[in-house]
Amino acid sequence: MRSNPSNTSLNWDNKPALTLNLFMGAAGVVVWWLVYQQLPGVSKWLTYSLLQISQGSHLGASIEFFLYDTPKVMMLLFLVVFGVGVIRSFFTPEKTRAFLSGKSEFAGNIFAALLGIVTPFCSCSAVPLFIGFVTAGVPLGVTFSFLIAAPMVNEIAVGLLYGLLGWKVAAIYMGTGLFIAIVAGWVIGRLKLENHIEDWVTQANIAAAEIEEEKLTWNDRFIYGWDAVKEIIGRVWIYVILGIAVGAGIHGFVPEGMMASIMGKGTWWSVPLSVVIGVPMYSNAAGIIPVVEALLGKGAALGSVLAFMMSVIALSLPEMVILRKVLKPRLIGVFVGVVACGILFVGYLFNTLL
Amino acid sequence: MEIKVLGPGCAKCKQTEQIVKEAVAESGAAATVEKVTDVMEIAGYGVFGTPAVIVDGDVKSVGKVPKKAEVAGWIK
Repeated sequence: MRSNPSNTSLNWDNKPALTLNLFMGAAGVVVWWLVYQQLPGVSKWLTYSLLQISQGSHLGASIEFFLYDTPKVMMLLFLVVFGVGVIRSFFTPEKTRAFLSGKSEFAGNIFAALLGIVTPFCSCSAVPLFIGFVTAGVPLGVTFSFLIAAPMVNEIAVGLLYGLLGWKVAAIYMGTGLFIAIVAGWVIGRLKLENHIEDWVTQANIAAAEIEEEKLTWNDRFIYGWDAVKEIIGRVWIYVILGIAVGAGIHGFVPEGMMASIMGKGTWWSVPLSVVIGVPMYSNAAGIIPVVEALLGKGAALGSVLAFMMSVIALSLPEMVILRKVLKPRLIGVFVGVVACGILFVGYLFNTLL
Repeated sequence: MEIKVLGPGCAKCKQTEQIVKEAVAESGAAATVEKVTDVMEIAGYGVFGTPAVIVDGDVKSVGKVPKKAEVAGWIK
C-alpha cells in the first residue's frame, strides 16, 4: 500500500467547512441533552393525560414504555453510531489484514478480536475478508477470532446497552464477547482444521490489489460519521421500532416473575433454552436491545439474557450460508459449536455469579 | 472504459452499482458497467472487502459505498 504523497483529502464539491461542522455539532449535543431529559415526563403526559389511558393498566404501561423508549433509543443510536463512525474511520480492513499477517496464535487471537470490534465490517464482506486474511498468512484461528468478534461485539449494541442499562452491563457484554471470540478462535486454531477450508481458496494464489491510501482530515472523519448515521439508522430503524414494540408488550403484559421461570437463575436449563431460542432468530443488534431491556425488567437472569442476545446476533443462518462458499461443512459445524459453547459458558457464569 | 462493481448481493453492493451507473450516465463517458457477484471471481481480483469498484483494472474503492462525486472523479 502506498500513500499518496500530496495531501489528498477527499475532494468533493460542497463539503461543509470544519468550523461550521464543529459549531453545529456542539449545538446539536446541547439540544440532544435537553430533549433527552424531557423524555420520561413527556411520555407519561402523552399516555395518561393526552390519550387518557388509565394508570396502572397493562396497555398504559406498554404505551408509556413505547413512547419513552422509541425516541430514547433513536437518540442514543444517533450518538453512538456517529461516535463509532468517527472511530472506525481510523481503521480499514486492509490495515487490519496487514497487521494480523503472521501474528502468533494467542496474541493474534487477542488483536484480531479487538480489531474485529473497530474495523468496519459488512457481513457480506465475510467471504472476501476471510479469503484475504487466509491468503495473507493470518492463521485460521486468528481469522475466526475476528469473524466472531465483528458481529458479536457490535458497537451499536454496546453503546445502546450503556445508554439503556448502564456501563456495567455494557462492559460485561463487551468483555464476554471478546472472551468468546478469543477463546473460540484459539480453540479452532488448535484443532488444525486448515484442510477443511474449501480447496479453491487454498489453491488460489492471490496478491492483494494495490489501493491508494486516503488521507482523511478530521472534517472527513466527521462526515464519515454522519454518513454512517444516515446509512445505519436508515437501515435499522424499522427493526428498532419492532424491537421496542416487542419490549413494550413484554413490559406491559408479561407478569412479573414469569421471565424468572423461563430465563431465570433457578433452573439449569434456562441458559441452553435461551440459546436455543436465540439461534434461529435473526435480528440486528439494535433491535434486540429493547427486548433485552424488557426481559431483564421482568426478572430474567442476566446470564440467560446475555446468552439469548449473543445467540441471536452471533449465530445467524444467513452468515452460515455465505460462509459455506469457503468452508467445508465440518468447519462450519465446529465454528457454530465452539461459539455456542462459549455462549453457554458465559450464560452459566453470570447466572451463578450475579 | 471498463468498470466492474464487485459485490455478492447485499444492499450496499446494489447501492454502489446504482451510484456508478448514475455517475457514468451523468458524465456521458463511454463506459461499460459490469456487476461481479461470484465470490471466487471477486477474490481473484485481490479484493477483500465488498462493495468494491474497479476502473480499467485499477481498484478504486474497497469495502464502502463510494460517493457519486468520487466515482465521477475516477471516470473523467
